This record gives sequence, C-alpha cells and structure tokens, in this order.
Amino acid sequence: MKFIYTLTAFAPLIAAIAAGFFGKRLGRTNSHRITIGGVALSFLLSCYAFTQVVLGDAPVFDESLYTWLISGDIRFEVGFLVDKLTVLMMLVVTFVSLMVHIYTIGYMEEDPGYQRFFAYISLFTFSMLMLVMSNNFLQLFFGWEAVGTVSYLLIGFWYKKETAIFANMKAFLVNRVGDFGFVLGIAAIVMYTNSLHYADAFAAGPSLVGETMSIFGNAEWQVLTVICILLFIGAMGKSAQAPLHVWLPDSMEGPTPISALIHAATMVTAGIFMVARMSPLFELSETALSFVLIIGAFTAFFMGLIGIVQNDIKRVVAYSTLSQLGYMTVALGVSAYSAAIFHLMTHAFFKALLFLAAGSVIIAMHHEQDIRKMGGLWRKMPITWFTSLIGSLALIGFPFFSGFFSKDVIIEAVHASNIPGANIAYWAVFGGVFVTAFYSFRMFFLVFHGKPRDQHAYDHAQESPKVVTLPLILLAIPSLVIGGLTVSTVVFGNYFDGIIFVDEAHDSVKEVASHFHGAIPFALHGFVTPVFFTAMAGVLTTVVFYLLAPGIPAFLDSKLGFFRRILENKYGFDDFNQAVFARGSIGLGKQLWQKGDVAVIDGALVNGSAKGVGALAGVARHLQSGMLFHYAFAMIIGLLVMLSWFFFV
Amino acid sequence: MPWLSLTVWLPIIGGLIVIALGDRRSRPLALGISVLTLLVSLPLYFGFDLSTPAMQFVERANWLPGFDIEYALGVDGIAMPLVILTTLINVVVVISMWEVIKDRPALYLGAFQIMTGLMVGVFSALDAILFYIFFEATLIPMFLIIGIWGGPRRVYATIKFFLYTFLGSVFMLIALIYLYRLGGSFAIEDMHQLAIAEKPQFWIFLAFFAAFAVKIPMWPVHTWLPDAHVEAPTAGSAVLAAIMLKMGGYGFLRFSLPIVPDASSQMDTFMIVISLIAVVYIGFVALVQRDMKKLIAYSSISHMGFVTLGIFIAFGLLQKGDISGVALGLEGAIVQMISHGFISAAMFLCVGVMYDRVHSREISAYGGVINTMPLFGAFMVFFAMANAGLPGTSGFVGEFMIILAGFRANFWIAFLAAMTLVLGAAYTLWMVKRVIFGEIGNDNVAALQDVNRREFWMLGSLAAFVLLLGLWPDLVGRVMHASVENLVSHISISKY
Repeated sequence: MKFIYTLTAFAPLIAAIAAGFFGKRLGRTNSHRITIGGVALSFLLSCYAFTQVVLGDAPVFDESLYTWLISGDIRFEVGFLVDKLTVLMMLVVTFVSLMVHIYTIGYMEEDPGYQRFFAYISLFTFSMLMLVMSNNFLQLFFGWEAVGTVSYLLIGFWYKKETAIFANMKAFLVNRVGDFGFVLGIAAIVMYTNSLHYADAFAAGPSLVGETMSIFGNAEWQVLTVICILLFIGAMGKSAQAPLHVWLPDSMEGPTPISALIHAATMVTAGIFMVARMSPLFELSETALSFVLIIGAFTAFFMGLIGIVQNDIKRVVAYSTLSQLGYMTVALGVSAYSAAIFHLMTHAFFKALLFLAAGSVIIAMHHEQDIRKMGGLWRKMPITWFTSLIGSLALIGFPFFSGFFSKDVIIEAVHASNIPGANIAYWAVFGGVFVTAFYSFRMFFLVFHGKPRDQHAYDHAQESPKVVTLPLILLAIPSLVIGGLTVSTVVFGNYFDGIIFVDEAHDSVKEVASHFHGAIPFALHGFVTPVFFTAMAGVLTTVVFYLLAPGIPAFLDSKLGFFRRILENKYGFDDFNQAVFARGSIGLGKQLWQKGDVAVIDGALVNGSAKGVGALAGVARHLQSGMLFHYAFAMIIGLLVMLSWFFFV
Repeated sequence: MPWLSLTVWLPIIGGLIVIALGDRRSRPLALGISVLTLLVSLPLYFGFDLSTPAMQFVERANWLPGFDIEYALGVDGIAMPLVILTTLINVVVVISMWEVIKDRPALYLGAFQIMTGLMVGVFSALDAILFYIFFEATLIPMFLIIGIWGGPRRVYATIKFFLYTFLGSVFMLIALIYLYRLGGSFAIEDMHQLAIAEKPQFWIFLAFFAAFAVKIPMWPVHTWLPDAHVEAPTAGSAVLAAIMLKMGGYGFLRFSLPIVPDASSQMDTFMIVISLIAVVYIGFVALVQRDMKKLIAYSSISHMGFVTLGIFIAFGLLQKGDISGVALGLEGAIVQMISHGFISAAMFLCVGVMYDRVHSREISAYGGVINTMPLFGAFMVFFAMANAGLPGTSGFVGEFMIILAGFRANFWIAFLAAMTLVLGAAYTLWMVKRVIFGEIGNDNVAALQDVNRREFWMLGSLAAFVLLLGLWPDLVGRVMHASVENLVSHISISKY
C-alpha cells in the first residue's frame, strides 16, 4: 500500500513538473493530457484506497517514507497516515481537482499561460494531498505552506494586473500571520510531547491536562489551551476566519477555476480538516473550543451579511464561502467534528459547482462579472442555469439537497451544545440561514432571471462548451445526493470511530443523533422546522425584491445607506490593516533605519568615533597620510608591540 | 592524501598562477582551479566518519616551533559542511563572473581563488595563530575586490569594512595570546581543556565577541555590511554573504562556547536579546530599503540573528536539562548558516543578473521583469520563497529548528523569532512584487533578455542545492551530530 499511497500523492507532482518545465515542448494538448492523467490516476487510486480502507476494513496505514532529519532525540519524518478521514479528504480533493482540470481546458483556452496554469493546479493537488495524508506535524506544515504558495502563484497568475499581484501578496502575508501561530503551536507540541508524530502527540495529550505554563507574568495558562489556540490561529489564516479572513475575497483576482478548487473546495478547508484531525487535543480544552466557536460564529454571520451588498459574481460566492467556513468552524467549536467534515465535503461539491457555474457565466458575458449587468440568462445557458439552481438550493440547505443535511446537523448540534458561547453562536448560525438564502437567490435571480440589463451582452451570450458543462453536471450530482446517502454513516454512524474523539461531556452530535431516524425522515422533518421557514423567507424576500418589485432595493438603499456603507467597507477590516499594519510597519522600518542605523549607530558611534579620533589627533595630523595601508601598518606595529609585551614581560 | 591542505593551497597557488599568467586565458583556468578545488574537497564529505566527534583529515607540521605555533589542519562535523559550502560557492561564483568582468579579469578571478583557499583555511585551522592569520588574510582579497571593482562609494565602504572587522579581530588575537600564556599551547583543542577563572573568561568572551559579532554581523555592529554589499561587485557580495559571514558563526561555535562556556552562559541573555533585535528590528529596516542589495544585506543580518540565537539559547536549555533542545538550537544554527550560504548567494546573483543588464540596483528602476525574463522571474520567485523560509527549501530548516528550540527555552523567544515568518515574507515578496511582477515598468525592462545558458546553470545549481537541503536536510544533519554532542559536553562543564 505504501507504493500506492506514494503514487497517489506524487502522480500530480510528476505531471506538474512535466507541464511546468517542458510545457512549451509538449504543447497545450499534451500538457493538459498529462496533468489530467496524473490527477485522474490519483483519483482512481483514492477510490481504490476507499475500497480498501472503508469498505474492506484494511488496517490504518501509518508509516514513514523517509527520515527528513534527526536532531537531539527528535525525529523529523515524512510519512503517510491513511484512515477513513484521510480517504474522505483524498476523494474530495482529487475529484474536485479532476473536475477543475477538465473545466480549465475550456476556461483558459485562450490564455497564453495555459501550460503554466495546468502545472500549478497539479502542483496544488500534490501539496493538498501531502497535507491531508500526513502523519506528522512537519509534513502537515509543509503541505500547509505549499498550498499557500501555489495559491500565491495562482492568485497572481495574471501577473500584469496590479490588483492581482497585490491580492496574492496580501493572501500570503495574512496566511503567514496564521502560520506564525501555527508554528508556535507545533513548537509547543514538540516541547511537551517530544515528537512530531500525530499518534505520539495524541497519546501524550491526556497527560498534559492540568499542566500549565506562564506567558504573561504570573498568570498560568493550561498548556493544552495554549497549544490548541495557537494551532487554531493557523487554521484561522488558512480557513479565512475573522479577523484573518481579509485575503479570501481579494483572492478572487485569480482565474475562476482556482477560486473553485483552492478558495472554495479544498485549501481553505485545510484548517477545518486540521482541527478535526487534532480532535484528541482540542477535546481536552474547553476554553479553546469556546474560542473556536466564537470566531466561527462571528465569521458565519457577519461575513455572510457582506455577501448581500456585493455585485461581483465571484465576490458574492467568496463571501458565501467565508460564511460557510464559519459554519464549519462553529461545528468544530461544539465538538461536532464529524458534522464539520461532513459540511466540508458537501460544501466542496456545491461550492465548486457554484464557482464553476459563475465562471461559465463569466465566459458567456465576455468577462463581465457585475451581476447588475446580467439577467435573463437562463434561456441562453440552460445547463449552467439548472446546475446553479441545484448548487444554490444545496447552499441554502433546502431539504433533500446535500447541504441541507450538513447544515441542519450543525445548527442542531449548536443548539444541543453546552460549550460556553453556544447560545450566541446558535443565533448567529440561525440568522445566517436567512442571510445565506438572501444573497444566494439575489445573485441567482439577478443573473438568470428578470429582464436582460445589458442587451448587447445578452445577445452574444451562449452556453459554454462541453468541457465546461460536463464538470458542472458531474458536480451537481453529488451536490444533490451525497448528503442523503452518507449522513447516517459519516455523521451519525461509526465512520470516524477511533479517528475523531469527542468527550462525553460535550458530545453534541450524540444529542442530535437521538432524534435521527434515517435520512429520509430527517429531510421530511426538515420541511417543518424554523430553519426551513427562515430560509424560505430569505428566498421569498429576494423574489419580491428582484423579480416582482425591483424598486424596493433602491428604496431601501436610500433609507439604509448607512448600513450598506458599513457592509461595503467590510466593517473596516481592510482599512484598519492597511493603516495600522501595512503603513505602521513601513513607518516603523523607516524610523529604525534612519534614526537607529543611520543617525545613532553610524552617525554618532561609528563615524562619530572616527571624527573624535581625528580631533584628538589634530596635533599628530602630519602622521596621517590618509592611506589605508599606513593605518593597517600602524596596527600591525602596535600588535607587534603588544605581542612582545605578552611574551617578554 | 592531504585533502585539506590541497583544498587550502590549490586555490591559493592556482589563484597566484592565474594572476601571473595574465588576462588572456584567465577564465577557463580559474574555472578549472575552482572545479578541481571542489573535487579535492569532496572526499571530506564522502570519507567522513560520522561516528566520531574527533577532528578528521588531520595534518600537522611544525611551523614556528619557537613560538609553539603549528601548521595543523583538520575538520569536524561543524567545520566540514562549511568547507564544502565554500568550495561549491566558489565554482558558482567563477561561473557568475565569466563575461561580466572586463576590467583586469585575471586579478579579479585570482583574488577569488585565493580568498577561497584562505576561507577553507579558516574553517580547518586547528592552531589558533594559523586560524587568526587565515581569518585576517581573507580581508585582503575582499578589500581589493571591493576597492578596485566596487561602486562609486567604494572607498568609504572598504575603509568601513576593513577597520570594523580588523578592529574586532585584534581583540581576538590578544585573547588568543592570553590563552597561550595560560596553557602553553596554541592548539585550539588544547584551549578547550583550559581551566579559566571567572574574570578572565569574561574578558576573553568580550574579545571573541568583538571579532565574531562584527563578522557575522550582529546588531548593533552590523552597519558595515549593507555598505560593503552595495559597493561590492556581484560576485564579491555573493562570497561575502555566503561564506565570510559564516566565519563569525563558526568562531562562536569553535572558540567562545567551548573555551569560555561560563562567560558565554552568563552573557547568554544579552546575546539572545541582540539576536532577537537583529531578527525583528532588521526585519523592519529591510522592509523599507529601496536598493535591492541593501535589502538582501539587511535580510542576511536578520537571518544571521537566527544563527546566534540558536547558539546562545543552549545555556538556558542546558540549565533545564533539555539536551534535545540544545542540539536542536546548535544544529539549527549550523543548518541555517549552510542554507543561507546558498540562498544569499543566489539572491545576490539574481540582483547581479539584472544589474548587468540595466545597471541599477534600485527597486524603482524595475517592474514587470517577468514579462521579458520569464525564466529568470521563476528563479527569483523561487529564491525569494526560500529566503522567506518556505518549507521544502533549505531556508525553512534552520529557522524551524531554532523556533522549536527557542520555544523550549522561553515562549517569548520563539514568539519574537517566529515574527520572521511574517517579516521575512513581507520584505522579500514586496520586493518581488515591485521588481518581478506587474506591467513592464520602463524601456530598460522592455529591452531585457532572459537568462543565458551560463546564468541558467549558475542559478539552477543553487536552486538544486536549496531544494535538496530543504527536502533532505539530514544530508548535513547527520555529519554534525557527533561534533555537536561533543560541543554540548564541553559547554555543560564549568571551566573555573
């Protein structure tokens, strides 16, 4: 199996190297054939792994590939851990990646950087697989930073665009702020468990309960709380949780296929995956869980609100992603790890679908992204329209769609949870349901229904080619059915037994499970819940606002402009960061350089002492020839004198 | 075979021959010498005995018996990687100046060969006076390289460079002579065994500090480095950053720690504080540089802060009985030095590639270079990522080890050190954004030609080493375990 798992991870890397270094020689067609072949192989091998690990009950694979380094008694290794959680992630990653690879043939058709793009997305797939398949913190961090780097390269793929190269630097730096916490968390784990291996760290976890460390003065902190919060700061960067969410909306400057793959389906969920993987540690610190919960709840509600005022089709979906990541984080906070992973999976399908559908619309509109200029497109592009509808219904959690199962479980779990902060979080995720329904269908109606607002663009719009619509259809299927098919095993069954640990004291999923009697009754019951009515209220509001009485939004706008401006300014996060962190750092740097280095060290000390010597030696000026070798000569003479003094005195 | 003597003298004599034979065939001759030097240094790695901390490939001869000064060479696991680094970088540097240098090429190439031999001498001398002579002698070729082929302010830069570093090392000589008077031997390993009282230890520590802190350089005696780099020709900058700075780090490991461990232990808080200032303060200073070479010079100082940090957290960890942490810190410091050797050389050579075409080092003179030089842009982005400590590149390894070790010493040490994750990425990627990405900035950039075959191999070989060390640092790690263990045993015993 070692060979198979190695091949699963490395096939996309080999393809990426081929397309990246020899892309020109290979040509376009061969480049995409090779990279698609690599990812397809990975997908097939992942399916095989699924049959072995999940269906065949093969033992958990946990072996190292090679020793990276040994220092002291700490071994740094590279290796794989393949259990049911890993296999689920491998399937999601390789499937979405394969869809995006195929879609890219159509989307990037006319781009001069065609081969480079394929090389990047294959490299990304490799990095993401290394991340999810790791059995230790070193490789986790490698994958973590590698996906961040490929994301950097892809956001800045159109390197001439000033906004793109600003966005990619911003994304990398904000992620690095998260990684700052992450690396310290890893350092803490290595310090207290003396190992980087997951299994060792998890086994040592319980023995750390009650152990404290001092950080500020005499206040003692629980070691486990410190570790978990530091690790979670890493997750906040990668999974774009407030206040480290600011990079994700800007990342939409990159080409749409990567928005689907990296900034919706896979990379941004790495933080969620990581926390779920670390459940044996997080379960030991209620404080850390509470922190996770509050951050997630804030993100889920307030980032969704911003989505309401966005007019760029991709940005609406981006804010929706932020909000959905918030839902997943909330699930982690209430110890519903399986629900978080479940929502991660369903979200990966329907959000990738929504992004790719948005991309299809963008092609049809000749790279116009403003939804106010669209309308009525359902006639022109029926496949895109229909798959979008499926994606949107899944997103708002319409019963029987896959998003319904995952989202409803999260909301129920929050309701059942007794973690401090759960009651506030409940209102956030509940309110978020209305917001989600509103921004989703606002976009849906503005794009596909009503009268065309730009007749010229409408006349030229047409359905996208097969390579674009095929992935849409293939993603629409799981968006529709995957939730109902798997909810009873993944969330309420024993799928994650022995992988995810939940303390009896706050097992919120168990509480929900007591009302669960199969997927169909669950979904049927979904039609009579307050959550459903709230979502329908959101949809109906958009029907009124954007189909029946289009005057209302403008009227509300004139009355509530203040709130709109707050949302349009994104609560001022960007302005604050720019003013305080960006400009502040530059100001500080200038001060330290001009005042510290130039004025004090060089001006006063170095050149000052030189001048001082000069003044004192004014009398002996004639000895000073200004020739350096005279000075050096004098130094050597002086040395000789000193030497003789040492030897003979 | 006397491999070490060959590695020291082959380039020195070869360099003299290059100078003597004149400009006509100087390039292939210098390349041949550098390749031959690399080849004779390789047995040091492949024939290295991993199990012993003792000096290997030892050669001894009486030199000045009247003063008990020996010609003694040898390497252990700390010195050997630095020797290989020196000979490797030397080949790359010769390739880098191939058609670039037009003014007196024989003298230029010869000076570099001589300097390589002298630097190998520094890392392999077992006699303190021999070490001192090599240590000082390396200044002469570098002085000439900056002074003759340097930029417009080369006179100020060379004098600053020379006086700063010369003044520092004079104190070291006094300390060495004092140690000789105490123990009757100039052999460095004998000095490791000396019992020294508290007061003299303190003064000896300060004398060594003066020499090595200036060399590496530590804040606040670092201001010679940006000036020297800005004025130095490309190849000079590469060697200065890649190897000469490491003489300071090596000095701390070879002299300060084992000879005066008690004083080092007493001073460790001070050393840790100024190392962290180097990491953070200099990180901010690098952010606002307008000259690419200055930016990379400041980045070097910040990275060297990690080296001294990794070395001096050892004492606090020893008191906690955390031997693993001590090894992580010390080995991290050595890995950081090797890695920085490749990355800083590559960064300076990248700036050189652009400078050769546009004749400016100002960031504002560029913009959108990747439009006309895609291959070069890829290299530059790769090395920038390595400079920012991306896992998978060598730049990550040492920093990661030192952060892990720092956390074991004190949360705040790790906290401040880890700020480099953000700061290092900020100053490097901001430069990349302004220089490499964007629309074509001006006509000079529009007229750029991508890297030629020579430049491709020069940058490509460095990239290969950066990747190799990043993906498999154990290649260096394994050779130093025994020696580091030995060093730990030295510093854990009081010398009073």
